Amino acid sequence: MTEIPEHLLKRSKSAKAKKAAAPAGEAASTEDTSKIPRALLERSRAAKAKAGGGDSGGGAPSGGGAAPVPAGPSGGGVATLAPPVALGPDGHTQRLLTVVKSGSIQDIKSKPVDKVHTWPHLLAAEFTAALFILAFTLIFSIFINAPLLTLADANNTPNPAKAPWYFLGLQELLTMFDPMIAGVTLPGVVLVVLGMAPFVDKNPSNKPEDRKFMISLMTVHLMFWAVLTLIGSFFRGPGFNFTYPWDTGLTGIFHL
Amino acid sequence: MANTIQKRKPTITEKIGESTGSMVQKTQESQIWNSIFRPGSIFRKGYTDSPRNRSYVIMNSVLYHLHPVKVKRHAVKVSYTLCLGGLSFFLFILLTVTGIFLMFFYRPTAAAAWSDIAALKTSVTFGLLVRNMHRWAAHLMVLSVFLHMARVFYHGAYKAPREFNWIIGIVLLTLTLLLSFTGYLLPWDQLSYWAVTVGTNMMGFSPVFGDSVRFVLLGGKQIGAETLLRWYVLHVLMLPFVIVIFMAIHFWRVRKDGGISGPL
Repeated sequence: MTEIPEHLLKRSKSAKAKKAAAPAGEAASTEDTSKIPRALLERSRAAKAKAGGGDSGGGAPSGGGAAPVPAGPSGGGVATLAPPVALGPDGHTQRLLTVVKSGSIQDIKSKPVDKVHTWPHLLAAEFTAALFILAFTLIFSIFINAPLLTLADANNTPNPAKAPWYFLGLQELLTMFDPMIAGVTLPGVVLVVLGMAPFVDKNPSNKPEDRKFMISLMTVHLMFWAVLTLIGSFFRGPGFNFTYPWDTGLTGIFHL
Repeated sequence: MANTIQKRKPTITEKIGESTGSMVQKTQESQIWNSIFRPGSIFRKGYTDSPRNRSYVIMNSVLYHLHPVKVKRHAVKVSYTLCLGGLSFFLFILLTVTGIFLMFFYRPTAAAAWSDIAALKTSVTFGLLVRNMHRWAAHLMVLSVFLHMARVFYHGAYKAPREFNWIIGIVLLTLTLLLSFTGYLLPWDQLSYWAVTVGTNMMGFSPVFGDSVRFVLLGGKQIGAETLLRWYVLHVLMLPFVIVIFMAIHFWRVRKDGGISGPL
């Protein structure tokens, strides 16, 4: 239920009381059955009288002294152009037509979002995360040194020679496929397909239960690289042959 | 008696407090101070916790370029993002700071590179520590950028209207890998030399341009002194420049596309 504002209720009550109090025969003689308010009828009658009386010179006032304008268009609009000659019942020139419930016409597109202030809620979390990673890096660096082997020597190939860990998946692929496929085509295809994901995946939902296929696909894909990288890192010894890290030892086969 | 209390000499602490107070006031009213901090800045008027001041902290500082005044409530839950994007950015800053430090002690020539790195340990204060931090932060950044991408995928955050930012993200991942890989060569030891040999050999297999790209990157048929200089410039200047531009677009689009995605 829409609440009708109090002042409108009051006004309608007083208007009703006034109407009831007024002598029944005074104004309601002819137009009583009509639903058009008396004031409007009066105004229209006055306008008609004016239009009928001044029809011969009708073009002059509206034309403003310019070339004589045919009375047609202006004559049709005379009734609306005329100034209000009569006021409403209480001397008002406006009246309430209807009360529009909120939401019945307006389409509210943006729903209110539950938001919090960036400061302190987000900034405090970010600051904490930054401090945490800084502390982690610092402490890790105090205890574990970055590797520095002997001076580079183009004539002395270490065995095994390995790429950085994030390329070991690719290096592992090189053992299975032609270099053209393993080193170029496959990673290229992976990057392009990843980039096309938003245009291929037309499912608008971001809920995990609606996206079982995409989530499975991505998980299989990530696991594929993770397994290859792990094998390349820890299970490839001299000659890039398969080995177990507990047989060979990590020294020599894995560097960060 | 009341008179004596009034005339009591102020203690030293009170004196200091009073003069500090007036100094603070004078500083905050000075033109220099007011030229630094914008009207409404909490450094002009002081901070008391109120919704208005919470907004002013963001609105009247450079942070406004990065964060809106308000964010979705679910977006600040650490369990949603694990802060991975922010951590990647923070690691980038940490790498820049430690990297600039290292640049003071490093010459990218085949004759000097290795001994400069070795000298960090013996003759530079905190040299080894900073080199360690640079190394581990680099590996962490590769990891966090990668995990960030996985997180974004699993939340379906690449979908409209964030398609373009997802592509920018893939570019950023590639640039991160390239930054890490170019830095890998710089110590000029057996590890870096042969890792880069293996890595660039793969590049040579690309069709059409493979060999020429490899030649340009290495400055020759195989890794040598020219390669070191080229990768040094790539590592300390060109790739950081490019990645900063892409990061700026990335962060801007996060806001323009309606903040981070979700809730699920």
